[in-house]
Amino acid sequence: MTGESRRSPRGLRQWLGLLLLVGVLLAVPFVAALGGQAWVRIANFAILYVFLALGLNIVVGYAGLLDLGYVAFYAVGAYCYALLASPHFGIHLPFWVILPFGAALACLFGVLLGAPTLKLRGDYLAIVTLGFGEIIRIFMNNLNAPINITNGAQGITLIDPIRIGEFSFAKTSTLFGISLSGPQKYYFLLVALAALVIVINIRLQNSRIGRAWQAIREDEVAAKACGINTRNIKLLAFAMGASFGGIAGGVFAAMQGFVSPESFSLMESITILAMVVLGGMGHIPGVILGAVLLTGLPEALRYGIEPVQKAVFGRMIIDPESLRMLVFGLALVLVMRFRPAGLWPSSLRRRELSEVTD
Amino acid sequence: MAEQRQILLAAHGVAKHFGGVKALHDVSLTIHRGEIYGLIGPNGAGKTTFFNCLTGLYTNESGHFVFDGVRLAADAPHKAAAVGIARTFQNIRLFGNMTAIENVMVGRHLRTSAGVFGAISRNPATRAEEAAIARRADELLHYVGIQERAHDYARHLSYGDQRRLEIARALATEPKLLALDEPAAGMNGTETEALRVLVEGIRRDGVTVLLIEHDVKLVMGLCDRVAVLDYGEKICEDVPAVVQKDPRVIEAYLGG
Repeated sequence: MTGESRRSPRGLRQWLGLLLLVGVLLAVPFVAALGGQAWVRIANFAILYVFLALGLNIVVGYAGLLDLGYVAFYAVGAYCYALLASPHFGIHLPFWVILPFGAALACLFGVLLGAPTLKLRGDYLAIVTLGFGEIIRIFMNNLNAPINITNGAQGITLIDPIRIGEFSFAKTSTLFGISLSGPQKYYFLLVALAALVIVINIRLQNSRIGRAWQAIREDEVAAKACGINTRNIKLLAFAMGASFGGIAGGVFAAMQGFVSPESFSLMESITILAMVVLGGMGHIPGVILGAVLLTGLPEALRYGIEPVQKAVFGRMIIDPESLRMLVFGLALVLVMRFRPAGLWPSSLRRRELSEVTD
Repeated sequence: MAEQRQILLAAHGVAKHFGGVKALHDVSLTIHRGEIYGLIGPNGAGKTTFFNCLTGLYTNESGHFVFDGVRLAADAPHKAAAVGIARTFQNIRLFGNMTAIENVMVGRHLRTSAGVFGAISRNPATRAEEAAIARRADELLHYVGIQERAHDYARHLSYGDQRRLEIARALATEPKLLALDEPAAGMNGTETEALRVLVEGIRRDGVTVLLIEHDVKLVMGLCDRVAVLDYGEKICEDVPAVVQKDPRVIEAYLGG
């Protein structure tokens, strides 16, 4: 009854917050462009990683299945796009055919991996998924003989950009009197995709399926006794996460115009997992924060560290790339030490972890 | 025929071994519809093992169960729940980081059908189902008498309330047979009495109850018939008054 009167100011605050968010999101590509298109591309990658991390969040955060080979699905989606829209085979299908197909194919791979392995728990599942991720990468690396399918380590080049009729995402064009570069256009596409995956995450969380995932995470035996077909429900989480990975891969291939096995290393899987864990497992704003920080900070370091070293020592002492990994590792250790539930955890996860330390 | 229709669960020669240990040996028993059936015996007699075989957590080496006229293919716990066998656990197994009402809502999983697409689109059918789940869960919390704790996390509930919540969650699956594994363990006299009233109410509402219990007074006062297990074998099955006087039972409990 009192909630009714309290709701309106809070509702207003929420709307204002949303408006502010939309404003910031609209401004980002133009502000970033002031520093060069490279910064717009960095923003694009940040959002692509938000998308990937939220896909993985379904598997790790909701269903509690530790997946260390998530990048395999990303690779499947990327190669699917690359092979069906490049001169490599001379096939040029439109993106709205390939992206759903890539998602479906990644989903299939998710089921193929999940069906035999989901009886495993925790560490054991992690090892198997890790192996799977590597297998996919090595396949991509070696499927160039006897029949050249993936063009091996050289990768596939000249991949078609996303194109709607004459409107290509690769070229600069003017829309409503505003000049938009290719990366800026991809930015808005990625924001739309990320918004979609956020809505899906939120809605799944408070649903029959979401509760079943949470129940499995809490106590698998009790979940079974409640009549939950745990194998199928876990497989569902795996398949959904994989589909999102597939879509992200397709967009990645289109945006880069180039894919090679190098992009799908184990390090990539670890990074995406780190985004989910650092940000706050199972908590959507936390995962977004994790993805943005872990994409943005290393780039900022890369650009910032060189002038700083030159100014202090007069020359480069430490290669920015290795320093980047050092800082990355340090950040991981610090967060795990001081905020074990993640930078921005859900109240739930914080409780779970505080109980352990009690 | 009439006798046949009365039988809800029949166990035929159920056996379960763990390595060389015969946890259950050739156990046969029948539970009638609408009955409160007690399963008692000293520690390690095989009572919980029997529960686990019945609910598909274990696979018995030989023997089988016939439930409601159909032979159970008890190879998966969720199938046992689907045909109408719900259970609680001796060591309470709730979803501790979910609220009480969410725990009961998980129990509705089996009797509802919304999938991923329903969840994402939030179509009217899904919303209606979701509302019905919440309503039923609320009713069940009222039923077991812990509605005021609905939005507390399960692990913050008192021991007695956790037992009640587990029963509510089991009832949410709409069972024909409710199997309770030592529901009164660790309860004081008042709580045990309240539990007795609750279990009688559940039976009155048409659910058959299978009860494992150590509290002999509770079993004798509550159960229509009792079976006694000792070293994995059924040594006796009858009404409480007869079982109490059975020399084999007395020997099993007092030690021979």
